[in-house]
This record gives sequence, C-alpha cells and structure tokens, in this order.
Amino acid sequence: MTDTKVLSLNGLSKRFGSVIANDCVDLELHKGEVLALLGENGAGKTTLMNMLFGHYMPDAGTVEVADEAGQMQALPLGHPQAALAAGIGMVHQHFALAENLSALNNIVLGSERLSLLRRDLKAARAKIERIMQHTGLTVTLDTPVGRLSVGERQRVEILKALYRDVRILVLDEPTAVLTPQEADTLFENIGAMTREGLSVIFISHKLREVLAFSQRIAVLRHGKKVGEIATAEADERIIARMMVGADTPETARQEMTPGAPVLTLQDVSVTGRSKRDSLTGANLTVHAHEILGIAGVSGNGQSALAGLISGLNRPTSGRVTLAAEEVAQVTPTNMIKAGVGRIPEDRHHDGMVGAMSVAENMVIERLSDPEVQSAGFLKKDAITANAEKLTADYDVRGPGVGARARLLSGGNIQKMILARVFEQSPKLILANQPTRGLDMLAASEVARRLLEARAAGAGIVLISEDLDEILGLADRVVVIHDGEMIEAETRDREAIGLMMAGEVTPHEPQQSGAETQ
Amino acid sequence: MIRIEPRAATSQAFKLGLPVLSAVIALLAAAIPLAFAGANILTAYGEMVKGVFGSLFAVSEMLTRATPLIFTGLAAALAFRARLWNIGAEGQLYLGAMAAVAIGAGAIEAPSYILVPVIIVMGCAAGAAGMVVPTVLKTRFGADEVVTTLLLNFIVLIFLQYMLEGPLKDPMGMGWPQSAPILDEGTLPGLMTRMRVHSGLIIALVAAAVAQVMLSRSVWGFKLRAVGENAPAARHAGIGVDRTLLSVAIVSGGLAGMAGVSEVAGLKGYLTADLSPGFGYTGIVVAMLAGLSPVGVVVAALFIASVFVGADSMSRSMGVSSYLADLIVSMSLLCVLIGGFFARYKITRSAPTKGEAS
Repeated sequence: MTDTKVLSLNGLSKRFGSVIANDCVDLELHKGEVLALLGENGAGKTTLMNMLFGHYMPDAGTVEVADEAGQMQALPLGHPQAALAAGIGMVHQHFALAENLSALNNIVLGSERLSLLRRDLKAARAKIERIMQHTGLTVTLDTPVGRLSVGERQRVEILKALYRDVRILVLDEPTAVLTPQEADTLFENIGAMTREGLSVIFISHKLREVLAFSQRIAVLRHGKKVGEIATAEADERIIARMMVGADTPETARQEMTPGAPVLTLQDVSVTGRSKRDSLTGANLTVHAHEILGIAGVSGNGQSALAGLISGLNRPTSGRVTLAAEEVAQVTPTNMIKAGVGRIPEDRHHDGMVGAMSVAENMVIERLSDPEVQSAGFLKKDAITANAEKLTADYDVRGPGVGARARLLSGGNIQKMILARVFEQSPKLILANQPTRGLDMLAASEVARRLLEARAAGAGIVLISEDLDEILGLADRVVVIHDGEMIEAETRDREAIGLMMAGEVTPHEPQQSGAETQ
Repeated sequence: MIRIEPRAATSQAFKLGLPVLSAVIALLAAAIPLAFAGANILTAYGEMVKGVFGSLFAVSEMLTRATPLIFTGLAAALAFRARLWNIGAEGQLYLGAMAAVAIGAGAIEAPSYILVPVIIVMGCAAGAAGMVVPTVLKTRFGADEVVTTLLLNFIVLIFLQYMLEGPLKDPMGMGWPQSAPILDEGTLPGLMTRMRVHSGLIIALVAAAVAQVMLSRSVWGFKLRAVGENAPAARHAGIGVDRTLLSVAIVSGGLAGMAGVSEVAGLKGYLTADLSPGFGYTGIVVAMLAGLSPVGVVVAALFIASVFVGADSMSRSMGVSSYLADLIVSMSLLCVLIGGFFARYKITRSAPTKGEAS
C-alpha cells in the first residue's frame, strides 16, 4: 500500500423518496489498499458503490478517479461506461453470468466490439491466463459457467473485471455465498492482486473477516459515514459500536440438560425440484431445552428441511415424529396443531400478508381458535386486544395494530412473527435465517428470545448460513451438504467449514467411495 | 426533473374520491363528442338526467338495469379480491338463466314459495358449476383461469343457441329461438305496479350487504383476503389455498348465475340469446370502479345503469348515438385505472439534474 490517492468520493448524497440512503459521504482510496466498507443492512453501502459505478445518479457530490498517469480526474456521474473506462470494476452480490457460455466467453463478453468479424480468443485466453497466474484466481476456462461452483463463478466475475484492466475493484458482500475456506482463498487472491497495484473496496457486515483482511475500515450508519479507522487499531467491540451507535447486549448461552426428544426424523427424504432442494435419508433428533444448529452453504437442502418442518413439503419416505407421536400427514395445519412454531426464511414472502393488518397477521395461524372466532365470525375486539398486548410485550413498533403489516420495518416484522410464534408456547421452533437482514440490536433481540424459548422447554432448529451465529447459539451442530446431514462432533470452524464444503463425509460406508475426492 | 415516488400510504379520502372524480371527468369529457354531434350540451345532459330521475318510471328503469350489474359486479369483486380472475360471468349468467327456464317453464309445478327458491338455488348452482370447472383446472393443473373462463363464455353461448333451438325451444314460440316462458309461480314478484323493477333488486342489495359483512368479519373473508394478497404466506399459515379458491369460485359463479335468474325470472319471463347485453363483462367494470368493495359495487352499478339509461333517453330525444354511454363508462374506467397509479405513486418536481436514477 502506498499513499497515492486513486479514488476520492466527495460529499455524495442520495435519497429515495423520503429515505436518505447516503448523506454527504466522503471516502478516499489509496493505491494497493484494501478498504472495508462496513455497515448494517440499509446503512447505504451498496447505494454508495452503485453511485461510484454509475448505476445511480447522486443528488449531490462528485467523484474523482486517478487516470493512468496518476492525475485525479472528475468522473462523469451516472454512466457505468465512464466508470469502466476509468478503471473501476464491480462484482455484485448476485452474479451476472451467462450460464450456458464457457468461463472464457463470459469473461470476454461485452468487451468485444459488436462489428468484429473474427474473434481473437487466443489473445484473450493468453491475457486471462497471465492474470490467473499473477493472482492465483484459477478457473477452468472452457467449462460452461452453469457447471461451476459458486466460488468459481465468483472468480469468473472477478476475472471479468480484471480482464478489463480495472485499477479499482469493488466487491459487494463477496463472502456471503462462500464456505469459510473459499472465503480465505478469496482474501489470499485479493492480497496478491493488491501487491500488483490494484485497490479494493469490499463491502461486508461480517466483523471477523473485515478485521482479518482489510487495511482500513470505513463505517456507514443510516447513510452517513460515522467513522474510519486503521484495521490495526480496531477490534470487534470498537467497530460494532461504530456500526450500531451503542453497545449491543451480549447474549450468553447457559448450558442446559436436554429433555425428551420433541422432533425425530427417521430416514426422511424430501424430493424437491433439484438435488440441492431435496433431503435424502435424513436422521435428526431435537430435544427439549436444546438448540440444534444446521450449518451449511445456502442451497444444500436447507429449504427442503425447513419446508418439511413447516409442513409445506411432504416427505416421500421416512417417519416424522413430534413429541412421541408420529405425524400422519405433514401439512402446515397439522404441524401448527402439533405445536411447531415456524419462523420462515423469507419473512415478507411467507411470514405475513403485507396488505392485511398487524392484528390480523398475529392470528393468521389460529383461525379455528375459539379465542379468535365464534361460529365462523371473527372476534374483532379480541383480535385487536391480542395484538395490543403482543406488540407491547414484544416491542413491535409501527403505526398501530390496525395498520397494514407492510408498513412495519424489517426488524419489527420479525418481532411480529416472533410474537405470533412464541405466544403459542411451541414445543418445537423452526428458526430459518432468523436474523438475516436485521440490524444488530434486532438480531440480538431475536437471539435472546430463542434462548428464552429454549429455557422454557422448546426444542429449536436453527438454520443459518452464518457459522458465527450457529456457534454462538447452538448446543449441537449438524452440517447439511447436498441434501445430507451429518452431525459435527466438533465446534472447530475449520473442521465444520470442510464439512460444509462436502470434503469430509465420515461414517458413511456405502457412499464414502463415491463422495470423497 | 419530474420524478415518480411511491407513496407510503393512500388516504381514505383519496380512495373514496377517486371513483367519483373519475365519473365526473368522464361525464365532462363526453361533452366533446356531444358538441361534435351538433347537440346543445346542456340540453343533452338535461335530457340524460331526466331520463334517469325525471319520473318514477325512469328511476324504475335505472334500478332494473342496475340489478344484474350488482350481481355480476359482486361476482367479479369477490373473485378478484382472492386474485381469482373470473372473466366468465357472462357465461355463468346464461348458465343460471338456462337452469331457471329448464325448471321454471313447466318442468316442475309447485306453489311460488317453493318454485322461486328452487329456481334461485338451481340457477346459482349452474353458475357456480361454470366457475368451479376452470378453478379446479387452475388448482390442479395450473391452467390460467383468465383464458379458461373467457373462452367458456363462448362455449356457453353456443350451448345456449343449441338449447334454444332444441330442448328448451318454446313449442308455442312460432319458430323463434326462445324458451318457453317461466310459470307465474316461478316469477320474481314486481316491486311496483306497472313498473319493471322487480324483487331481484332486493336480493341483489341483500347479497351485497352479506358479501360486505362476510368479507370483513368472517373467517372465510379473512382467508379469501389472505389468499388474494399473499397466497404463499396463507399456505404457510395453514390456510387451505385451493379450498379457499374453490369456495370463492362457488360464490362468484353463483352470483353471476343469480344475475341470469333475476333477468329471466324477474324481467323477461323467457330466455333468448340476447338476454344480456354484456352484463358479465360490465360487471368487471363495476367491480373495478367500486375498488372491489361489495358496497361500492352497488354504487358503481347504479352509476353505470344511470349512464346507460340516461344515454338511451338522450339519444331518443336528441338524435345522438347511444354509444355515448359506452364512451362514458369506458372513460370512467380508464380514469379509475390511471387514478390507481396515483394512489400508489406521487409525482414530484425537483431541481433539474442530469440523468435519472434507476
């Protein structure tokens, strides 16, 4: 890293309607530097980078980029082409790759003139191979992208940017879809790239990797830059406080003796649209007073497991037993009646009816309850009273229980769902990504409620892609990979990471031959 | 620069004012073609008002015209609230009408306190069957009900022509393709002597009131709204989505069938292939003008019936085309649809900057 400035954002502001996404943000980047842009969901990180890249037009502010001679030049705003020409590349969270084309064609795509009569793929291949050698980012160039793993696809995206000779690379939440090992490899590659003179901004909300791999940290909160700190001087407490603006309460898990089994799966298979959407011969036992963490990279059968416990997916074989009673037919109604509380992954899509009131959403799962209706007619007063009580108990803030649920913020929607679920004192709770997209205060509130339910005797299945969350809350850890579940005997991040990548398949005599590499 | 921003909430006054404003704009805009037709605009509108409210007979005609529109409007409004796109009310209306004449034109002889309810129940059942079929095709096989219900209209019309030339043909009808008349015991009683308005109107008003209460206060209405607004969340919460859609189909088709019963047993007395001048389709316009509210359907049906009856009367006395009615109705629907955009978004002006945010 040098002191040569390559990028400077001056007073960038952007509002969407009445929401201020960015408020007068200044940021500088030096040559060869890795700058971490840290902030909670909705703090304005992605908006800021989208303005830099020309996807959004700022309401105010300017951007200056160093040209090849090192002179700072004003960047015309609102033009992605200009940003590309100035040597800025961006790798989005969601990849933009053509699955049926080879990695090579994907990398070259868009950099050739349309009027070209003959493609010089040989030169392109030579250039990409040279980049791969320098950075350690290797992919098999002739494989169709559709057959590459998520980590490989990300490398294709980065190579695509490097192929265009970028000097500044923006990575938006690059590790969200990676196993811990893949993430470590990525950061090694980034290290190699910065030694070649590349400057990197990476957006993240994971404190651990920010501390390990950046040189400088800029923190955004509510659209404002609230601080900047050299990574060497930072620790988790300091930057967490910068992100939240207050200390987050610690959630301490106390050891507890597990009780009787509340959920048992015996050789249960669920057939989804693809293998990644399925479960094969799953065995699982969850006890009372126990949180069982399901760790895994997204798309390895978590949705099939969640669908099964929610009652949406019927098993094609095997037995599902809830509190010593076999579930004859797996349906949402039967699971609710058997005492299963479900916190869905997509709370806007599955967890609530946005156009209906908060009060109505709070009783939607118990429409046959005599407290809610009599003779097929709703007891409006009881429903309102119930909602008034729950919103107070669970601190759901919003325009009132009669207002549409859609008007609540993400954290309050989750609290509304928690209130609905926990109020029924469920025997088993499915918590699928319960803190995703929540700010740290709301997330720690969710964790506290889960631990409370555990103390009250519930068994909890916690599905999360955030290994830190699982290690912090779960009594036992089960790793899910490719539709199969294996209990991790260890709490070691490295070992669990290898299992998440499918590189360890212990005690599976029939399958070990086919699966191990 | 002009920008479009979503609104956080839509005020109640806006929701109520929108259809009224749309109607006023449509009526004002109709002055332009009236002026082109060479009519004195004030006189023309005067004739229109007279044609609707000028006499007891005029009011009776308007209410008579509104009756089937309330039924088909309710059929569309309830189905649309559940996101079940019933475009087939026209066919269901004829199914109801066919059932009414099949039973009421002499097949059963009974006193009116038995025959009238039987005709009503069977007519509703026939209409319901016409909506249950496409709904089962939708829930079982994913067939788009917009297509199936729309096309079923034409199938029913051809079936109707066959029935009127065959099994249902009036032997005393001098060869005209029309059914035998409904027995006096099967006729819905009139409401005023020498006026055409009949007790179908009372049934329509009761149906609207019941629909309003059921929608907002019953568990069934709760499920209907939940399924319509977010079917995956409803399914997750244990609401039987397919079963709810099926029940909505029965009610919606039944109401459309009732429109046919009411026209044939309350007004015409016998069935012809031109019983309905598109009441099924106009019901969709009524439901949209009403913002899919059952009580709103009554108001919207009265408005549209007034426009049609008033324009007819104006056309007779002023010599301008009665198609003006279609123009006014279409204009008000367009205004409501455009207004629906403004209910969700507002347009603001800001200092000019280059480019537009995506």
